[in-house]
Amino acid sequence: MKAKLVLEDGLAFTGESFGASGESCGEVVFNTSLTGYQEILTDPSYKGQIVTMTYPLIGNYGVNDEDVESFQPFLEGFVVREYSQIASNWRAQKSLSAYLKEKGVMAIEGVDTRALTRHIRVKGAMRGVISTEDLDERRLREKARSFPALMGRDLVREVTCAQAYTWSSSREGETRGRWRVVVLDCGVKFNILRELVKQGCEVRVVPASTSAQDILAMKPDGLLLSNGPGDPAGVPYVINTVKQMLGRLPIMGICLGHQILALSLGGRTYKLKFGHHGANHPVKDLNTDKIEITVQNHGFCVDIDSLNRKEIRITHINLNDQTLEGMEHRYLPIFSVQFHPEASPGPHDAKHLFRRFLKMIEEYAQAHRHS
Amino acid sequence: MPKRTDIHKILIIGSGPIVISQACEFDYSGTQACKALKEEGFEVVLLNSNPATIMTDPQMANATYIEPITLQILERIISKEKPDALLPTLGGQIGLNTAVKAIEAGILERYKIKMIGANYSAIKKAEDRKEFKKAIEKIGLELPRSILAYSVEEAKEALARLNLPLIIRPSFTLGGTGGGIARTEEEFERIVSLGLKNSMVNEVLIEESVWGWKEYELEVMRDAKDNVVIVCSIENLDPMGIHTGDSITVAPAQTLTDKEYQMMRDAAIAIIREIGVETGGSNIQFAINPENGKMVVIEMNPRVSRSSALASKATGFPIAKFAAKLAVGYTLDEIRNDITKETPASFEPTIDYCVVKIPRFTFEKFPEAQDVLGVSMKSVGETMAIGRTFKEALQKGLRGLEIGHCGLDDKIDSRNISEQEIRRGLSEPNASRIFFIKYALQRGFSPEEISKISHIDSWFVHNIKEIVELEEEMKKMASNLRLESRGIEELPAELFHKAKQFGFSDRQIAQIVNSDELSVRRLRKKKGIKPTFKLVDTCAGEFEAYTPYYYSCYEREDESRRSDKEKIMILGGGPNRIGQGIEFDYCCCQASFALRELGYETIMVNSNPETVSTDYDISDKLYFEPLTFEDVMNIVDKEKPQGVIVQFGGQTPLNLARSLEKAGVPIIGTPVSSIDRAEDRDKFARLVKKLKLCQPPNGSARSEAEARRIAKRIGYPVLVRPSYVLGGRAMRIVYDEDSLREFVKEVVDFSAHPILIDKFLEGAIEVDVDAVADGERTVIGGIMEHIEEAGIHSGDSACVLPPYSLSDEIIEEIKACIQTISKELKVRGLLNVQFAIKNDRIYVLEVNPRASRTIPFVSKATGVPLAKIATWVMVGKSLKEIGFVKEKEISHFSVKESVLPFSRFSGVDIILGPEMKSTGEVMGIDSSFGLAFYKSQIAAGQSLPKKGKVFISVKNDDKRDIVFIAKRLFDMGFEIIATKGTAKVLKANNIPCQRVGKIKEGEKRILEMIEKGEIDLIINTPSGGGGHSDMKPIRSAAIMHAIPCITTIQGAQAGVNGMESALKGELRVNSIQSWHKEQRFQRISNEKKGVEVLF
Repeated sequence: MKAKLVLEDGLAFTGESFGASGESCGEVVFNTSLTGYQEILTDPSYKGQIVTMTYPLIGNYGVNDEDVESFQPFLEGFVVREYSQIASNWRAQKSLSAYLKEKGVMAIEGVDTRALTRHIRVKGAMRGVISTEDLDERRLREKARSFPALMGRDLVREVTCAQAYTWSSSREGETRGRWRVVVLDCGVKFNILRELVKQGCEVRVVPASTSAQDILAMKPDGLLLSNGPGDPAGVPYVINTVKQMLGRLPIMGICLGHQILALSLGGRTYKLKFGHHGANHPVKDLNTDKIEITVQNHGFCVDIDSLNRKEIRITHINLNDQTLEGMEHRYLPIFSVQFHPEASPGPHDAKHLFRRFLKMIEEYAQAHRHS
Repeated sequence: MPKRTDIHKILIIGSGPIVISQACEFDYSGTQACKALKEEGFEVVLLNSNPATIMTDPQMANATYIEPITLQILERIISKEKPDALLPTLGGQIGLNTAVKAIEAGILERYKIKMIGANYSAIKKAEDRKEFKKAIEKIGLELPRSILAYSVEEAKEALARLNLPLIIRPSFTLGGTGGGIARTEEEFERIVSLGLKNSMVNEVLIEESVWGWKEYELEVMRDAKDNVVIVCSIENLDPMGIHTGDSITVAPAQTLTDKEYQMMRDAAIAIIREIGVETGGSNIQFAINPENGKMVVIEMNPRVSRSSALASKATGFPIAKFAAKLAVGYTLDEIRNDITKETPASFEPTIDYCVVKIPRFTFEKFPEAQDVLGVSMKSVGETMAIGRTFKEALQKGLRGLEIGHCGLDDKIDSRNISEQEIRRGLSEPNASRIFFIKYALQRGFSPEEISKISHIDSWFVHNIKEIVELEEEMKKMASNLRLESRGIEELPAELFHKAKQFGFSDRQIAQIVNSDELSVRRLRKKKGIKPTFKLVDTCAGEFEAYTPYYYSCYEREDESRRSDKEKIMILGGGPNRIGQGIEFDYCCCQASFALRELGYETIMVNSNPETVSTDYDISDKLYFEPLTFEDVMNIVDKEKPQGVIVQFGGQTPLNLARSLEKAGVPIIGTPVSSIDRAEDRDKFARLVKKLKLCQPPNGSARSEAEARRIAKRIGYPVLVRPSYVLGGRAMRIVYDEDSLREFVKEVVDFSAHPILIDKFLEGAIEVDVDAVADGERTVIGGIMEHIEEAGIHSGDSACVLPPYSLSDEIIEEIKACIQTISKELKVRGLLNVQFAIKNDRIYVLEVNPRASRTIPFVSKATGVPLAKIATWVMVGKSLKEIGFVKEKEISHFSVKESVLPFSRFSGVDIILGPEMKSTGEVMGIDSSFGLAFYKSQIAAGQSLPKKGKVFISVKNDDKRDIVFIAKRLFDMGFEIIATKGTAKVLKANNIPCQRVGKIKEGEKRILEMIEKGEIDLIINTPSGGGGHSDMKPIRSAAIMHAIPCITTIQGAQAGVNGMESALKGELRVNSIQSWHKEQRFQRISNEKKGVEVLF
């Protein structure tokens, strides 16, 4: 089936659909990861976005039940150069196309994704429409223009869990750990939960709208602010919640969680031209002076100059564009990173940050028992 | 960490002659390293015995030693140059092994030299199988189950514990030399004993086979602060069991999920840390069980490798250059990414295309060798292709291979192959396996079945199926159009475009739709289907790229930008093969350097990932494309260069010259018609006649009868060959009519060109001359005299510059010939002429108005950059302007010796002849011919002995001269063994010797002695006719057992002189920079003394 992708500035691509049919709007971004399309598809942070893969051959290894990062894909569409007609991998359970159709995700192949990527690089991320229903480029452009932009929108409520739950996965086994960590779900990736369980935590996932009071009532040993979609400024209620918990327990923030934390600490965020979406970003850890290759997925960024340096220390810097990648509070048990230490997809270089969080929890607990 | 300040002078060891598994990729890495270190202000001292390399160009290092790579020589250089550090990781296995030996011999310690890049323990840990196994197990990874053995007996014990089939890998060898898969106990014993012999440390690893598993490689870099990045992942299309150098490989990995890839990445990082490679690149190989994903580690190379060259070209990330910078203290974040400028090198490249590398084999040169691939590498070159899809890259690669395929085409009709043959073609890995997949698909095999038989992942097979299906669709469409008597003009543009996106070439489409290439091309352009060029930028478009490194594809956006600068395009040589290798890459790079100096924009076109020319900073623009008419024309259409150079890349661009010229491409230099006059034998004969020169009697035949007639007329022995060949392909000396018939039979479907028959001049001296001409003036670059007897391909025989036995009259006459030929052919650029001299008569054998294989050798020998000068001439400079008007006089001697690959091909009859078989060359330079020859022999791996037994058997003409030589050998303490006639003469002259019978008389003792290693030197000058029957087995045995074998009396004199000098004192080493300096001084002194005649 023919499909069209049209951007708000009129740039149009014709291709073939290999996902669900219909029409879908979103901000078009590109991801430069060579592997991990299944993880990318199921990353809730892509809510509101149409993802273009820069690697041209997608679908090669099919889809399996294990490599999911959430219960369902949330992204608005998927754009590739060539969809592989065959899935070859010992773990493959179905083809990517079958999966996308089943999950209702629109996908288009046959697009000069490099041309699209370069366009976005130069002009910035912009809105676009994928359609199999309406192939009129002018109409599609208008639709793209009428679609609300990401700035200021609350996308978190569309991806957060409806009810609190305790993470248990047959693979990780134990649900009862030494430490209880509450994860404020702004669109959490499962691998964050898996990593916490691996560290011996009992993981309680709560909706983003959960109040500070309710969270504290669970008597958590630590709080993790998860990744999530869109603009952190669009979720003032979460910022508020976090503000109330600063200093009351150890907090780790990841991606959107990091941005929310920065906002609750008085910082500012801004939108990047086309964001960071890839698995090869060099980040320097200023404490150790070492470089980690990190996975990133964010369109917004914390303004490095907006932070109160008396309270906050910068811990990580992106070596490509010198943007802020991590910070810690000088006095409170709080740290956060813009990138994804849980990887999945991407390198495991920063996984040790979960250990750091646990150490922080242990130290905090010890200090509190004494006092 | 910034640059180290405790070191100033760094010694780099190159990889020596090109051999199978150690080729020009190390010239690429070494050249990058030299450049990077010089850029950083270090003084660079280089040791490499290979004159054909770009790294041994005098500008690349401060002191360049073209000397044998041995411990003794290394120590001399060290004591003379006193470097502060040794960088051993850029010269392949030879460089690494030599460094290890230097440490073990205490040399580095003695001279207080730091080893940078990799330390001793890391090299040991990675290269020593036992230590490697321990290290891998320590970090919780798995290796295939294995046992180390040091003797055949020990190995047999292993058989009780491990299951056949078993892989045998000798430790410390190159490209798996001597390794193999044993399926039976007999095979096991044979391979183990061979492997023990080949291992530097008499050690073999016996490993349970993971045959048929999926094979992967990761290229890893680490800096002094322990930052590690993965540059590239590579998936082998071929399963485990086929040497990765012989495998079709694809980058990036295609069939791994992120989970599996990250597991491999973690493993690679853990390995490089545990092994302890401090800085630089490493290559780590893994095998994965396709059934369950179980991963095992296969091996690690703690140095840059063939794969790292490939990874650099595949990603734009220059591994060797960065490795050199890391070795002197920089960290990855301190190095800029040249391509993006803004981002640091401490990232992992990501690519938005698919890269396919295809090895090139030369089984046709070794007809007795079986076309079966295994763990020992057999390919001699490779091509790389970049496409947006695997299908596109694969087909581009197949046409870039230059083996007569224009893609995944039909050379044979699959209906004519039996199912059994197809099955065998799939199950027994061979050079044509990719085509067998196609045949199998055409015959209705399912991809799953093909995958099961071949162990090639079904992902690849399915993609090939899509190619085959599209071909079918086009065929059907075309035949429908014909049925409706419509032309192919009505082929739907969409289908046409899809075919181009699938990598189909115009010629291939023409074959499918029954048309011709030019019509398809015209039609394609008319339909607006034009290639687009995209950038290789390390970052998949995320950042702006500044380095113009392009590949073609059929997409929407074209990123290439034509500048207004005057531009010259240089066509490279494509994949290396025997007869066309690094020498031509040297010339292409020189051309680019020369033109850039004059301010031209240079555009390089080549498809060989091993080369320096495909480094993105050699030229202003690099197009990584197959060298076919279509691909070159596409670039010409885009760039509209003012000139295109075809005479530097060997036969590949020459073959395109006529069609390019016809298409209006401005080819600069010698006119194409002149090239044709020299290449076409009939025209050449007319040329020789016109110039009143002399050629061996000859004729060309189009039938067997005609061939016999001609041979009879000119008299046996004759030299026969098909016309238009490179490296003497299918050339043979035929002594009688029966052999002639045989030859004709084999050649029949070889080409449309006739068979050429020349009188073979037995006992002649061959001479090679390289010259440069500007249309007005012709200046000799160098005259080389062959040391071997005539009849051995010039690429295989040793030669010396200047000549040592030719009279002044002959030399003058040769020079006069060159002038005449050059003038007649209107040569603008390089000219190479081969002569044979017999009874003081000069015969012209061959004229090549283009760069020859000997250009780099002559340039290194004389210090005259011939390729550069020729390039300047081609763009209109006169030799006078350049200042090269007179042949350079040199007073030292340079000997070129060739290196042969016979040990790779078991069962091959080891005979040198008119067909070129060598893969590489070395050079020996010294003040006398004897010493230069002596050095060249050491460098080629067959040192002339200092004591022991010499076998002498010479033809009657040489009997008088051999007496003096034998006497000197005897005085040096050698025992002499001689055949009847020779022994008689020696005894008559009071030289004691032992007599052995001739082989043709049924006496095999001499062969046994050679095989047992009892003979240390062979002097065997064969007489024509009967003599060659004894020579064959002796020479074969000599090459197999690496015993030096001298075949001319002049060579024997040189050898003995060299041995005497070597016995007397130490070998002196001199950089080529100092040779070319000293020379001036010597010439002056020579003028006072008159010319000193050494021989």
